[in-house]
Amino acid sequence: MSTDIQSPRSGKIGSGKIAPQYRRGPGSKGNFEMFAWLFMRLSGVVLVILIFGHLFVNLMVGEGIHGIDFGFVAGKWADPFWQFWDLAMLWLAMLHGTNGVRTIINDYAEKDATRLWLKVVLYAATVVIVVLGTLVIFTFNPCPVANGVQLPGGFCPAP
Amino acid sequence: MLSQLAFPRMDPVPAPLCCRKVYSVPTKPAGTLYRGREGMWSWVGHRITGVVIFFFLLVHVLDTSLVRVSPEAYTAVIGAYKNPLMALGETGLVAAIVFHAFNGLRVIAIDFWKKGAKYQRQMLWAVLILWLVTFGAFAIRHLSLALGGH
Repeated sequence: MSTDIQSPRSGKIGSGKIAPQYRRGPGSKGNFEMFAWLFMRLSGVVLVILIFGHLFVNLMVGEGIHGIDFGFVAGKWADPFWQFWDLAMLWLAMLHGTNGVRTIINDYAEKDATRLWLKVVLYAATVVIVVLGTLVIFTFNPCPVANGVQLPGGFCPAP
Repeated sequence: MLSQLAFPRMDPVPAPLCCRKVYSVPTKPAGTLYRGREGMWSWVGHRITGVVIFFFLLVHVLDTSLVRVSPEAYTAVIGAYKNPLMALGETGLVAAIVFHAFNGLRVIAIDFWKKGAKYQRQMLWAVLILWLVTFGAFAIRHLSLALGGH
């Protein structure tokens, strides 16, 4: 009578137990990870300047946080300099933050499906926030009108 | 320690004192950049502050987007940032931002400066001193504006 001898369970590829086999993924991802690494450092330096400037101008000067209202935003975005500043800050911070969270997901989510879905949620949130923020900066109207009526609190030219 | 006493690492049956070999057993890895001590804890701090800042950023873009809804909607939501409890939250957020910024510059120095890895510990102390000065100045100004006379 013969007996089948099973191969050791720990050696099964993908079992994830005791001794997981090391395998490279199919094909190469090119230089993506290297560019992501470089981007974190370049955008980081620029973000230090952009965010420190943002905090100083909005919270440290004048009456600080009490000075922030619709008129404050309207005053800033009347100037293309601050429009560009905020646009650069939005894009760089979102891409920098998204790549950072992507790294954390890769580090801690062990199952392929978990990693995939966390990243799908992350990228969806990033796209929504970046598109929304960009539209808000460029379609901002200091004198908003609803149904032909000027909304209170807006800054409208004298009729 | 106890387990080392109960289960000696080598020689289950110890040789007589005269004839024991002397081993030098490292108790912890020496001279690594990221394991234990300053290198690891600054990395932990960088991760945690990064995640905190990222989630605030999502909320901050959404609240700013209310300028496209109506002036009153924006001013009402910004009003929430002006209460004393939120002022403490903002101060904590800026503490996270300032640490992430200065420690990020330290990471860049470690990666690109020839002697960066050698001086990473000293650079962390520089980061903490700069953090204390910058954050301290911000906290004094912001809290006195946010909590004082309005």
